[in-house]
Amino acid sequence: MKITLNHQLEEFDAEILTINELLKIKNFTFKMLVIKINGKIIRKHEYDTATVKDGDDVIVLHLITGG
Amino acid sequence: MQWIYDTLKTKTVGIAGCGGLGSNCAMALARVGIGRLIIADFDIISNDNLNRQYFFNNQIGKLKVYALKENLLRVNPELKVNALDIRLCSNDIIEIFNDCDVIVEAFDLAKMKQMIIETVLTFMPEKYIVSGIGLAGWGENNMLKTINMDRLIVCGDGEIEISETLPPLAPRVGIVANMQANQVLEILLGKMPYKRSE
Repeated sequence: MKITLNHQLEEFDAEILTINELLKIKNFTFKMLVIKINGKIIRKHEYDTATVKDGDDVIVLHLITGG
Repeated sequence: MQWIYDTLKTKTVGIAGCGGLGSNCAMALARVGIGRLIIADFDIISNDNLNRQYFFNNQIGKLKVYALKENLLRVNPELKVNALDIRLCSNDIIEIFNDCDVIVEAFDLAKMKQMIIETVLTFMPEKYIVSGIGLAGWGENNMLKTINMDRLIVCGDGEIEISETLPPLAPRVGIVANMQANQVLEILLGKMPYKRSE
């Protein structure tokens, strides 16, 4: 499948991936994230059930301390 | 241009956190004549805050929200300020910032940033939230940028976390805080009438 990840086109072998699987493949190890699939926010407890498929627009925002 | 001031006078901005980002962002908005600010924080001013936060030496030991209100009113006595001494949770955010035209995320901790962004995007989907992410250290001006994600707009470098070697310092924190204030103006006034040359 091809998805847009953080405004860039990326290709994956799988047809469908859960958010946790996607994070693992991409090696996104930050603990604090905001994730949106096609504009809809995905909350932390949904990372194992929410899925990404071909054509989806995914945003993974890393939150870091400092303010 | 009078319409700018007339428009801003009718607007309310919520500021979650009154540290480096919040105090400087609030000050910029007070100077341009925003109508009302709703500021919230639970912390007390300490000596180490003065390297970047808009407070004065004789305010050490005071609650940040009340000291900031005092400082904002010294600049703009017409500003209405609701100063809330509170450690914000999700329910408070929905209630306190309900009337705001824009919400500024100015927390310190990553988990608090996540909490407010999730809360606003989930329960207040019509609101704009302007977040400050990545402001530690010094230099690297050109790493600082703004990313638009619908109603969530993120200012900062997006990657440099506070650490022993990379503390938060006035210039970079102030730039990001002012980028947030600048973004608030663009939301409230629309894009400025200027065509960029290529």
